[in-house]
Amino acid sequence: MQDQISQKLTAAFAPEHLEVINESHMHNVPAGSESHFKVVLVSDSFKGKMLIARHRLVNATLADELKNGIHALALHTMTTEEWFAKGNAPESPPCMGGDGTNT
Amino acid sequence: MADVLQRIDEQVKNNAVMIFMKGTPQFPQCGFSGRTVDALKQCGKEFGYCNVLADQEIFQNLPRYADWPTFPQVYIKGELVGGCDITLEMFQNGDLKKMIDEAVPG
Repeated sequence: MQDQISQKLTAAFAPEHLEVINESHMHNVPAGSESHFKVVLVSDSFKGKMLIARHRLVNATLADELKNGIHALALHTMTTEEWFAKGNAPESPPCMGGDGTNT
Repeated sequence: MADVLQRIDEQVKNNAVMIFMKGTPQFPQCGFSGRTVDALKQCGKEFGYCNVLADQEIFQNLPRYADWPTFPQVYIKGELVGGCDITLEMFQNGDLKKMIDEAVPG
């Protein structure tokens, strides 16, 4: 799943920087799960686009994965310029107990 | 099916600020929902909420209401603002409070 996400995002956005981090271990799911991901995507194709438009593009690119397996997708979308200005993407929150497999 | 979309639509339109989340503002059941609702609370205005874990119909159909696949979802003045990451980023840069103050006068 992790590789698949990377491949699709690379093909769609030609990113300057891409991190796909499996954060499933932080959640209420069986060991080895690939359900919770954080994506840091730096691409100049985001220039001039509002955050919601950027997220919609990513959601559309990963529509199949979101339907079949991805439970949570933390998304940090930046242009190269914003990436340099900001430094780093924020930490994802810890699980608070809700069922992370079916819901 | 049409009924549930109408129910969602009513909640979105009847609340200037509305969040669909896992759990409640007092007891969030997901870290992403918890952080998002905290940002709304810190803006200091009233908002409506719906616990999607307590309403299977809304849980299953909300993603297609605004074509947004994940929870939480925040709506201001009937428009989807975004999920956790967008709401938090807008909270941090001050845009969220501006939008909420505009949507909820007084």
